[in-house]
Amino acid sequence: MSWNSLGDNIHDDEILLPVRGGYILVTMLGALLLNLIPLPGWVSSAMPDFVAVILLYWSVFQAHRVGLWPAWVMGLLMDVADASLFGQHAAAYCALAFAGIFLHRRIQMFPMSYQIAHVLGILLGQQALQLVVRLAASAEPPDMLYFVSSLTGAALWPAVVVILMLPMRRSRHPNEV
Amino acid sequence: MQASAAPIFKRGPSLLTRLAFFSLVSITLIVADVRFRYLEEMRAGVSVALYPLQEVAALPGALFSRMGDFFVTQASLSRENEQLKRERLLSGAASQRLRALEAENEQLRRIVNAEPVPGRSPTVAEILYESRDPFTRKVVIDRGTMHDMKTGLPVVDHRGVIGQITRVFPLVSEVSLLTDKSQSIPVQNVRSGVRSITFGLGHDGAVELRFMPVNADIQVGDLLVTSGIDGTFPPGLPVAKVTRIDPNAASFARIHCAPVAGVSSFNRVVVLSPGPERPENPLAAAGKTVAPTASPTPRKP
Repeated sequence: MSWNSLGDNIHDDEILLPVRGGYILVTMLGALLLNLIPLPGWVSSAMPDFVAVILLYWSVFQAHRVGLWPAWVMGLLMDVADASLFGQHAAAYCALAFAGIFLHRRIQMFPMSYQIAHVLGILLGQQALQLVVRLAASAEPPDMLYFVSSLTGAALWPAVVVILMLPMRRSRHPNEV
Repeated sequence: MQASAAPIFKRGPSLLTRLAFFSLVSITLIVADVRFRYLEEMRAGVSVALYPLQEVAALPGALFSRMGDFFVTQASLSRENEQLKRERLLSGAASQRLRALEAENEQLRRIVNAEPVPGRSPTVAEILYESRDPFTRKVVIDRGTMHDMKTGLPVVDHRGVIGQITRVFPLVSEVSLLTDKSQSIPVQNVRSGVRSITFGLGHDGAVELRFMPVNADIQVGDLLVTSGIDGTFPPGLPVAKVTRIDPNAASFARIHCAPVAGVSSFNRVVVLSPGPERPENPLAAAGKTVAPTASPTPRKP
């Protein structure tokens, strides 16, 4: 199996179980928990924004289930946790969820490398939006390390796709071919 | 294939409409936060809801450091113990001298009929985490309004000033470090007595003195301590050391300083209680709008 077909075996030859709302909620809380882990300065700026990645995952693969409001609520939580402007993450995550839902058919069709490129673009756009909001509120522009978290977030995408789909796979009956 | 099917008949407003709605609400929130500082109660409510999650998220780090504590060697422990004993001896001698001086000072003040200077009671707080926001320099401590924290209180460690509380929640508070772009502290040069104000630059390990004349009596290595004229910080706390002076600027020297306190390498800090009540600002009382010096107002360019 080539690296590019990483998610394909899940896509093509089996039908996934329907997703429970509780599962979506649990993954989002888990991502929030990962974001809240206190880390020293440069490590935390290189860490991916787990909440953004998980939100993007659900808006791509469950475009009809999750709308924009989960993104908005998670954004408000992140705003308080990060001590950033109230509404800054909320607006950025809404734009991210919108992009995910808008492009969900295209992203699902693509092989993994193209998916990562799309994810990287959306994550960078989300961060750029936050940057614009902060610069408009007269903040000092941060160093280029700021965008590293989008790179690591996009690198995380294949793992997120495989791991989050695991509970949705049917257990194969041993007698089946 | 995903098993979930799209609804045949579309319900509700279109995606673009919903995006416009949420963007509008978010922008309203941002403007309310930046311009008018509304929504602090809403923020406090969300903060309380987040607190258990933050506690859980801090567990691995706490566990790791406890494991580290467990595996320290006997040699390093005894070395540290030795050093602490020596430090205690030194600071014990210093504090005895301080007590004598305080008594003498009080007596002298009584002679000249000056008001006594009340002491400030300290509260020890633990740093929960550094804020992930790359635009500000803030840390969150585990003391809030339930422990009588207020905005504006100075925060110090055993070496010097760290910053100031800028937002309080019921259980936690945000401390803006002195390197934050919105933080400025009135200081005085210990060697020459020159007064100035440190401004945070927005990145770690550096503050600067602005608008100092080129011939001001400041040298590399000078220690700057709080001057106390703001009424927020008690006078005499070490703030920063002068590291570099650029005299080539047109009319003012750029003076770079390094904070004395371990701004990003500590986990326990001391919050000092508010100082004595100050008389009302006569200009404010006269109806003019004067920015209060004690509150950290974000500066607009």
